[in-house]
Amino acid sequence: MYNYALYFIALAFLTISYFKDPKKTRQALAKTWKSIENILPQLLSVLLIIGLLLSVLNRDVISQLIGKDSGLSGMAVAAIVGSITLIPGFVAFPLAASLLAAGAGYGQIAMFVTTLMMVGVVTLPVETQFFGRKLAVKRNLMAFAFCLIAAWIMGGLMG
Amino acid sequence: MKKKQSPIRRYALFLILFVVNLALLVAEPELGQNSFRLTAANLKEMLFILPPIFILLGLIDVWIPRETMMKYMGEGSGFRGALLAFAMGSAAAGPLYAAFPVAGMLLKKGARLSNVFVFIGAWSTTKIPMLLFEGSSLGWKFTGIRLLCSIVGVAVIAWLLEKTTTEEEQKRLYERARNL
Repeated sequence: MYNYALYFIALAFLTISYFKDPKKTRQALAKTWKSIENILPQLLSVLLIIGLLLSVLNRDVISQLIGKDSGLSGMAVAAIVGSITLIPGFVAFPLAASLLAAGAGYGQIAMFVTTLMMVGVVTLPVETQFFGRKLAVKRNLMAFAFCLIAAWIMGGLMG
Repeated sequence: MKKKQSPIRRYALFLILFVVNLALLVAEPELGQNSFRLTAANLKEMLFILPPIFILLGLIDVWIPRETMMKYMGEGSGFRGALLAFAMGSAAAGPLYAAFPVAGMLLKKGARLSNVFVFIGAWSTTKIPMLLFEGSSLGWKFTGIRLLCSIVGVAVIAWLLEKTTTEEEQKRLYERARNL
């Protein structure tokens, strides 16, 4: 739904742009194509890595690793799995909910969810292209540190 | 400007991974099939989400002058600039990797570094459609506390990242963005 709205907005602006200045609009579209082509190789690689990783680390494996009474090791696994992979929200949240229902702690779930959102090891090649390696790595490390704190707070507050 | 690499070099990693996946298909058919299926599903999502975002980026590039972006999100934009960056990230759709090209455009147009990172942080943690989904699956208390933590975290991380990046590094970063 939301994504269709994005198409609508893009097409609306494109139309307005075309009526105002066809030449500039063609220029914009040329840039659009150029930037897509620019990150395509990295993105395709990232998608294959995610596919390979998630086929091994499937739902059952993750449930086993961060399930009930998994404690500190569960925390560590949640952090690692969450940091490396990139699982879309519509898969990740129901998975997290079923882990909770199966007895996983809130700390582990918070760790899993926050690292999923903010830390992306597999997407580093894409990030590096725009921020350079040093800054990209630094952002991920800081985000990771934040996730540790957030998981600790949430584990405490949610009990 | 960086010299353009040959297509084979640029797609080398992709080709290697593809061959690895093919090998997996032969050695462990079930895993291999699963992997390809996941990749195909993600590819579909990516191909769906990227065109509108990049069309908007192309339009921003030709229509919005650097001065305008600098005024609203540049060095002197203050709290309002950060707020705008936050709102932009929260209204976004799509996975985090789609945020990086947008961030590149913000840099190209002269947005302040901390604002660019506020944007990235908001995109990754406070996207509105994602919050609704999170709330309905994990509960609103969880989502609320997580959101509060994230807002503070995003601000602190953006501030720290800007603070720890030297002027020299920033100059190179903006230079790189201009060539994208």
